[in-house]
This record gives sequence, structure tokens and C-alpha cells, in this order.
Amino acid sequence: MSVVRPVPLEVRALRTTLFTRRGEMKAVDGLSLAVGAGETVALVGESGCGKSLSALSVMRLLPDPPARIVGGQVILNGRDLVPLPEEAMLGIRGREIGMIFQDPMSALNPVATIEKQIAEVLMTHTALGRGQARARAHELLELVGMPDAKRRLDAYPHQLSGGMCQRVVIAMAIACSPSVLIADEPTTALDVTVQAQVLALLKRLQAEAGMAMIFITHDLGVVAETADRVVVMYAGRKVEEAPVDELFEAPLHPYTAGLIGATPVPGAERAARLADIPGMVPPLNALPAGCAFAPRCKRVMERCHKEQPRLTEPKPGRTVACFAAEMDAA
Amino acid sequence: MSPLLALRDVHVRFDTAAGTVRAVNGVSLELAAGETLGLVGESGCGKSTLGKAILKLVPVSAGAVEIEGTDIAPLQGRALGELRRKVQMIFQDPYGSLNPRSTVGRSVAQPMVVAGWKPDAIRERVATLLRWVGLPDDARQRYPHEFSGGQRQRIGIARALALSPKLIVCDEPVSALDVSVRAQVINLLEDLKQQSGVSYLFISHDLSVVEHIADRVAVMYLGTIVEAGGRDQIWRRPQHPYTRGLLEAAPVANPRLARARTRTVLQGELPSPLNPPAGCPFHSRCPIAQERCRSDRPVLRPVDGGSVAACHFV
Repeated sequence: MSVVRPVPLEVRALRTTLFTRRGEMKAVDGLSLAVGAGETVALVGESGCGKSLSALSVMRLLPDPPARIVGGQVILNGRDLVPLPEEAMLGIRGREIGMIFQDPMSALNPVATIEKQIAEVLMTHTALGRGQARARAHELLELVGMPDAKRRLDAYPHQLSGGMCQRVVIAMAIACSPSVLIADEPTTALDVTVQAQVLALLKRLQAEAGMAMIFITHDLGVVAETADRVVVMYAGRKVEEAPVDELFEAPLHPYTAGLIGATPVPGAERAARLADIPGMVPPLNALPAGCAFAPRCKRVMERCHKEQPRLTEPKPGRTVACFAAEMDAA
Repeated sequence: MSPLLALRDVHVRFDTAAGTVRAVNGVSLELAAGETLGLVGESGCGKSTLGKAILKLVPVSAGAVEIEGTDIAPLQGRALGELRRKVQMIFQDPYGSLNPRSTVGRSVAQPMVVAGWKPDAIRERVATLLRWVGLPDDARQRYPHEFSGGQRQRIGIARALALSPKLIVCDEPVSALDVSVRAQVINLLEDLKQQSGVSYLFISHDLSVVEHIADRVAVMYLGTIVEAGGRDQIWRRPQHPYTRGLLEAAPVANPRLARARTRTVLQGELPSPLNPPAGCPFHSRCPIAQERCRSDRPVLRPVDGGSVAACHFV
């Protein structure tokens, strides 16, 4: 018997454009994805591919100007967030949808104690009074595994290490038991042993609360450790989506294959050379006509320079936007 | 014959308002010509300071750094210039290490100007270097801001290679780069080693990159080397509990391997080097620590398989 999971977050054909003096740039160009309860979807790609702007669009935290959502829907628990006024978003962010950023230091208020910052989230979104909120702040710090939690309540962010600050940010993000958690490179600034601690923590919290999680990262190692499903982005568009095992075993898009080949796997058979991808991600204001990856692609054909490939579903559960992959499937 | 680089009980101490930081605390290592030695550890373990000490960019407080058998401590003037010719460095942030108001051609030519080369020879050498690192020839008239991060790192590499050094200290050279560009730069470093026979001290926190590029690996924790050995030995049979913890913590870019492996996540974080624990520096986080570890500092000694490790219990 298959269990139909609720889908707390669904993004449909989201388009976000940057309006700059140098012209309009399609930073997010028709992104669709859905995250089920308890599921982790990794959003992968290199800098400038639009993954962070996608997350900020979902949260309605875009810097406007220059960035604005110009199309699509963000359905959170059955309601479209895109047309909502900012006042309504204030009640949704932090309560229904939480976010963790790469740099925990700058996500925290440097002149407020840890206890005050966590309590503030609770008092904004729940009926808890000051005393109850403070008690709950302590519980939350214990929950996120803060060493010596009681003493840390009175600490200021600068007195904590990067890993501890990230635990505080996580405590704030989950304080109101959101149904969706967006983690944007949450471990990129952390040391490897601390990264392992934070990844294990996120996994545990997600399993306990059944949160849907979008995990944004450039690190395929972190993807392999955390994701159930993977969305690969390139130049603002989704180029491939697949369950994590299938993606690593048989990538369909040449860009995905390139990323995997360019990442060394410790303990695996050692390749003499890493498979690199020539060139670099094109700037958004100079995207080539046709497929944006064509100038760097090993399997490029005449057609790729003229037409943009659409997303197709060559196998059940797998989508890819590539003419070469379409030919393989035919 | 003397090794290319020998570190003999090197200490680097910084006096700060809060007390003395023992950034490097008694490191001994050797690097043979033609070898790539990986130096891994987490932030604050002293790996970058050690790299800088090799170029005399920070003063060594005690012990000796020897290049081809010569202690570099007393070197000054011309002799120091000679050392700098043999040993070069590339940095994590290539933009921060290039003069933004100087063309790429001038930046790459600088070491040769200092060394007193003739203009014609310099021009020819710059063209060769740019070709080696895969930059277009018109790069020489352009400025650093016109290039991407990966290209800037290529400029830094070209400049480091200018005087045909024997050793390049690479301090996190690919950490700021995107995955696909990172692979390009790693492949470039390997190609250049093949072509010119240069050796690398490759400093990185990224274990999978070090495993790919290094012949031997030294693992650093709180200013000391806790384990050193051949790459395969370190990865297949790590002996020191910190090395094991570090390897188990590193994410593996293969979901089935990632799920299949058992891992014990190391608890805690690196203690402050201002106030390092007595005894074994790792005992406060070590899963197998005993009473003895709190008072006796273990020294590096040979262990199974030809590595050396500093632990009472391996």
C-alpha cells in the first residue's frame, strides 16, 4: 500500500527577473518543484545558477529592486504566496516556513542574547508569554544539541563558534514547527566535523517533525548524504530532476554528469584525472540562444544552439531538459 | 641528499593581548622533490600558518625550516631572494593576492622584474606562462577584475611558476571555486607538475580533493601533526582517532556508499589555541581517551602500515 504524503510546498513555473541597468536577467526561469512532508529535495548547481534566488523567491525575501517575481506560483499548504501582501508574509515566515542561511553570524542580531532572539520568534508567532517563551528557548537549545545550553542562553552571538551559531539559527527556524524548512548552504561555512554534526541534527529534526526540506548546496557530497530527490539547476532553469540514487548512478543531463565527474569520491577507484567541464557558467545577461549549457557541453548538436530544450520525462520519475538525453531515451 | 623541504620541530607563536597563541606547536615533516604532500585539518589548526612559515612570511619561534638542507632562518637580502625563487605560494583568494591596478601581464612579470630579467626575456616568459595555465594571450593587457575566480587562480599560478620554483605552497587554492572550475584547476596543477617537476605542499580542509591530488598526507590538529603517511594508508587504514573522525565526517559524493558506511560523528569543536588542553591536544573530543591522555602528550611514532601517529592507544 502506498501512502500518499501531503505536499506542503509546491512551486509552479516560478519566474524571477533582475531588472538592472544592463537589462533584464532571468535569474529563475520557470522553476517547478514539489516537496513532500518528511522529504528532502536538494537544489544543486554552481554559483549564479539561481538556486539562492529561487529560495528567496519562495520566502518572498527578494531584494526589490532589482529582483521581482514575474510569474508562477508558490503554493504553501494550499495557498499561493506570490500575491500575498508583506504583512501576511510576516505571519508565514518563521511560522509555516523556516529558513537557515549560510552565514549564521549575520543571521543573528549581534546585540541581543541568544535567549532573547529565540524568545522573540516564539512571542511573534505564538501566544506564549515572555516567561514561557524563555523556557521554550531553553528546550529548543537542548533540542538542537547546544553544548552547555543553559549557560548559552545569556550569550551573545560573537561569544559562540560558527557551529554553535548555526545551531541557534536552526533552533529559531524550527521554533514554531514549520511544515517547510529551506536550508541555503547551511554547512558551507563550517568545518567538516561540525558540518557532520549539523547535517545529522537536521536529519534528526526533520524525521521527528516530518518537515519538508529544501536543501540548497553546491556540494555533491552533502547532496548524497542528505537528499531524497535532487533538482539540478543551470543558468536559472531546472535541467534535471531525479531520485538521489538514480541521479548519481545514471545522470541524464551532460551537466549533471559533468558535476559528478568533477567531484572526487574518497575511497572509490581513483581516476587519473577529474572530468572537468570546460569554460564556466555564463553571466545571466549573456545567455546563449538555445540551451544555456551548449557552449560547454560534450554532446552538443546543431539543434542545441538554436532551440531551448524543454523538460521531458524519458523514464518514470525522471525529468531532463536535453536533446541528447531525449535521443538516448528514444 | 637532503629532502626538498624539511621542517624540524617548528614552532610559531603569536603574542596577543589575550595571551600566547601556539599556532604551530612542534611540527616535523619532510617533503621529497617531485612529491605532493597534503596538509589537512580544520580551521584554526595552524596549517596556513605553517605554510607561511615555510616562506618566511611569519617568523618561526623555534625549530628550523630547511630548503634543500639550508636553514632559512638567517637568510636575508640576496639569499632570501634566492629562497623565494625556489619556493612560491598560491592563495585561496586569488583576487586578494593580485594588484587590482596592475595588468595581468605586469603581475605575472613582477617576479622576473625583481630577479633582474631583460624585458625581451620577460615578455617571452609571460607568453609561455599564460599558455601553460590556459589563459588567452590578450589576458596580459587586462586587469584582474575582468576575470572569473577560476581564471584569477590561473593568473596566480602563472605568477608562482614564473621563476621555475621547486616547491609551491598551495593554501586552499580551490576552496573558493565552483565544482566544475575546481576540477579544471586541480587538473592544471597536476599537468604542471608533470611538465615542470614542481612539488606541492597542498593545504586544504577538503579531504576528497587532498585524496585526489596528494601522494602523502599529514593531518594537523591544534598546531601539531597527529598522523602522517601515504595517501592510501591514511584513507584505508587511518590510525589516529582524529584522522578517523575527520574521514568519517567528510561527505561522500555517492549516496549508496554514504549510506553503507558506519560513522561516529566527532563531538565538540576545536578548542581555542589560546588555551589548548594539557596532555594530548585531542583528548577533549577523543572517543577513546583515557586518564593518561589528560597529562601525557603523545609523540609521533611508527604505526601499522608505515604511517606515523601521535596517540597512546594505536
